[in-house]
Amino acid sequence: MKISRFIKTILLVDFISALIIAIKESFKSKKTLNYPFEKGKISPRFRGEHALRRYPNGEERCIACKLCEAVCPAQAITIESTEREDGSRKTTRYDIDMLKCIYCGLCEESCPVDAIVQGPNFEFSTETREELYYNKEKLLDNGDRWESILAANIKADNPYR
Amino acid sequence: MIENLNILIFEIYKIFLLIIPILTAVAMIVWLDRRVWAFVQKRRGPNVVGPFGLFQSIADALKYIFKEIIIPASANKIIFILAPIVTMTLALIAWAVIPFSEEIVLANINVGILYLFAVSSLGVYGIIMGGWASNSKYPFLGAIRSAAQMVSYEVSIGVIIINVLLCVGSLNLTDIVLAQKNLWFIVPLFPMFVIFFISALAETNRPPFDLPEAEAELVAGYQTEYSGMMYAMFWLGEYANILLMCSLGSILFLGGWLSPIDIYPFTIVPAPLWLIIKILLLFILFSLVKAIVPRYRYDQLMKLGWKIFLPLSLTWVVLTASYLFYFNLLPVN
Repeated sequence: MKISRFIKTILLVDFISALIIAIKESFKSKKTLNYPFEKGKISPRFRGEHALRRYPNGEERCIACKLCEAVCPAQAITIESTEREDGSRKTTRYDIDMLKCIYCGLCEESCPVDAIVQGPNFEFSTETREELYYNKEKLLDNGDRWESILAANIKADNPYR
Repeated sequence: MIENLNILIFEIYKIFLLIIPILTAVAMIVWLDRRVWAFVQKRRGPNVVGPFGLFQSIADALKYIFKEIIIPASANKIIFILAPIVTMTLALIAWAVIPFSEEIVLANINVGILYLFAVSSLGVYGIIMGGWASNSKYPFLGAIRSAAQMVSYEVSIGVIIINVLLCVGSLNLTDIVLAQKNLWFIVPLFPMFVIFFISALAETNRPPFDLPEAEAELVAGYQTEYSGMMYAMFWLGEYANILLMCSLGSILFLGGWLSPIDIYPFTIVPAPLWLIIKILLLFILFSLVKAIVPRYRYDQLMKLGWKIFLPLSLTWVVLTASYLFYFNLLPVN
């Protein structure tokens, strides 16, 4: 037993077999994604960048119930509202501090009209802090931009709710 | 006067002709190292900057240049700044004697191998200076480890070189390569080649002997307090040293610039290219070892150096000498 071990050590058997494995493995297909050029699959429930959605007729969904503001554990959401001429309650201000946000998804859960949602976008890094203080305009813009995907995601997740 | 100036300018020109390709090669070799390492782990490695990510090292170098150099308040400023310069200079001046072909060599001196050995021994000073001048715990520990490690493995490298010299009968690197015209020394001295390779890993602080900069224990060893260009110079020096060890290995054992077989399709390849191919192959082996081998413990490292490699190579010196003497093969000049 000891002699065979000695011979193994002297002939570097373990080392050479490891080397052969390493060379073999290095020609196999890669397990990592070529990230900026190809991206991984994202679940419909993915909690990424926030967006405020609209109804198909262009009306904002948000009714300024402030449930999201109340539920937000990081207190990242600030809402102010007024009554419009037609009697409906709408927001005048809807700010999310994306630096405070912990991406828990509770705002999305609490929303009775599916207005605030978290979309599939996770690449919204900026060069300054200020750019991450999202206001209503930015959030609505996000909603318009991602609407097709957001609607599809909500539909896909619907049977499990 | 003008004649002297001309000679000086010509020498400087030659030096630049050597140094610029080597610095470029060092940058490329860093990329290759990362790439091979990534491939073994089934990752992609740097592949965005330039074709196949070839310019990654240049981007990194630019980043280092524009970074702030921080010198710790309690550090010995002069030695602290001097250390990376020493490391890099020593790694580069050694290239002066490396023969790229029978004619292309900057300084064809008679004691080339001794010069190389001396310069690579001095390399430990850069590390000790860096570690000591930082005046902080981790660099100090890293420097101590590094010093002990490099000194112990140099001994066995020296003895291995004696083996080769016994077969050649000259200290000139060109002569050493020409002596391998019929048979590369890797064939008769194969065990020595293996020991040389492993000692070269230890000498250049590469894994599995990267104790001086063991990330898990010592942050980055002697480089911990360095930043910006000074850190980059340590890196450049380290990789230039690795390249140097690879070229030394290919000159001593793999027949330097000689082609493997002296027949038609191999002979049209220019001589320096053969040396470059051999260096690259050795370097890829270096990178593969980095990817597959776990780090040695310190006592294991010392045991390997003093109790196994040194006796083994000394025994082999006696064997080689006796063999050459008995069969009357000793080279006569």
